[in-house]
Amino acid sequence: MDATPMRNVAGASDKKAPKMVIAGATKYYQTRTGSVHALDNVSLDVRDGEFLCILGPSGCGKSTLLWSMGGLHGLTDGEIRLGAEKIIKPHPEIAMIFQDANLLPWRNLAANIALPFELKRKPVDQQRIDMLLKRVNLWGFESKFPRELSGGMQQRASIVRSLSVNPSLLLMDEPFGALDAFTRDEMNLLIQEIWMETGKTIVFITHSISEAIFLADRVVVMSARPGRIASVFDIDIPRPRPVDIQTRPDFIERVLHIKASIDHGRSPSDGLAIT
Amino acid sequence: MDKALGDKIPEFNRKKAGGGGDGVGLSGTSLGLGDHRTKLETLAIILVAVVIIGGAELLLKWFNVPQYVLPTPSLIIMALFTEWGFIWPHLLVTLKELLLGFAIGASIGFVLAAVITQFPFVEKIVTPYILLLVTTPMLALVPLLILKLGFGSEPRIIAVALASGPMVMINSATGFRRVDLAKIALARSFGASTFQIFTKIRIPMAMPMIIVGLMVGSIFGLLTTVGAEMVGGAEGLGNRLTYYSALIRMPQFFAIILILAIIGISIYVLFYWIGKKWASWET
Repeated sequence: MDATPMRNVAGASDKKAPKMVIAGATKYYQTRTGSVHALDNVSLDVRDGEFLCILGPSGCGKSTLLWSMGGLHGLTDGEIRLGAEKIIKPHPEIAMIFQDANLLPWRNLAANIALPFELKRKPVDQQRIDMLLKRVNLWGFESKFPRELSGGMQQRASIVRSLSVNPSLLLMDEPFGALDAFTRDEMNLLIQEIWMETGKTIVFITHSISEAIFLADRVVVMSARPGRIASVFDIDIPRPRPVDIQTRPDFIERVLHIKASIDHGRSPSDGLAIT
Repeated sequence: MDKALGDKIPEFNRKKAGGGGDGVGLSGTSLGLGDHRTKLETLAIILVAVVIIGGAELLLKWFNVPQYVLPTPSLIIMALFTEWGFIWPHLLVTLKELLLGFAIGASIGFVLAAVITQFPFVEKIVTPYILLLVTTPMLALVPLLILKLGFGSEPRIIAVALASGPMVMINSATGFRRVDLAKIALARSFGASTFQIFTKIRIPMAMPMIIVGLMVGSIFGLLTTVGAEMVGGAEGLGNRLTYYSALIRMPQFFAIILILAIIGISIYVLFYWIGKKWASWET
């Protein structure tokens, strides 16, 4: 599986300077039972303004890669740069969105959204927050606590929280993984709209092939143990993409194509074959 | 129709990842203070109280139980009023010892818990000694403390601090140990400092357990205060208990017990409300 032709630096042909450069990212975790090789020499350019999906099975190091991009933990080898700056700690231009919304249960919605401002010791940009709340249909829910909101509303609130500080790069770690299929479609549409309206660069992690194709300009497929980039697919479906696009034959063909490439790269012992 | 389900909306509290599952939340005590009661329930509660107290009164009178065995409720209340002038200075002494000892013990316990949980190695070494303090009745130390410090309030305050501090510490430490990596990562991603993570994430997350610790610690403090007063010295409600029982003045003796019960219940109610206000997010 090392012989995949597209494994080299993706996006290097792009003329515009990339938003973020990942060069030879390698990460080992030291655990009680020894060291775990999570990332192996991952090189990737994130283009300015693109919607990039990182797709892979669980344990392929995609979250590790995203956390490193967000400056939450260091690499064993290689480096990640945002423009000219090396990312070694969280950067104000980068905001992260986590699995399960990750709201603080002891704070109401307004206080949850104000958290980034509190941590940065800056005055709360209420105008921008109100605009965003209206945009995602959460206007009027500010005094509610997370437990009083549905999963979709919670995740919308966490999107508002991240956008409130106006970052230019959004890192999303399987944000809609815990939602039901209907809510998930809704959220995918919303995030596509937000991306088109704001022109932010988004890196989105998922283990759903169709979600990746639906959202992305490019899909980066990762393989596991150790985590490395297996292949990169360009998705040139015109936008805005409606939800029902996912039932169209050419969409399904893309899904099967990516699925085949994943199965092909996997050794037979890794999974059960369905016959 | 299933009675337990009744008209319940079929929607369950989905337990979200994180938050930990080891919380002993205050809601575990199902005394239902301040929760919505129907008029019928309120009425029933009052009625049962009247039946019990009135019944005791009648039975004790009916069987001519002597006062020195068990005084009637009316005699106890009367003693409380007639003797109040002699009792209240002792009440103040007890409250002072309890509050001072608890404040000292709880502060030290809280700070120790916050610091120690940051260093797992230190925690492993210190925990056995804290357990020793929790399980050994601090009352046992009172005679020794009196020997060193005399018959004033100091030995009792120290005993109260020693009894309540470890309780606060051990519960708070459980709270601080509930690390939710995702929430810490969240704060960190917005540039939070270690201190901000402590104040904005770790403390609120530990709050339900801290409050449980404060409640248990203060109740332990009350036990130790009264016990220490019974051991030695000439003031405090504990001292009054030995005094009145020595004189076989049972109505006064029970009046003191009534006051102690009221202090205990007040502590419970206080922390119940604090828990409702600061830890209600954890159901």
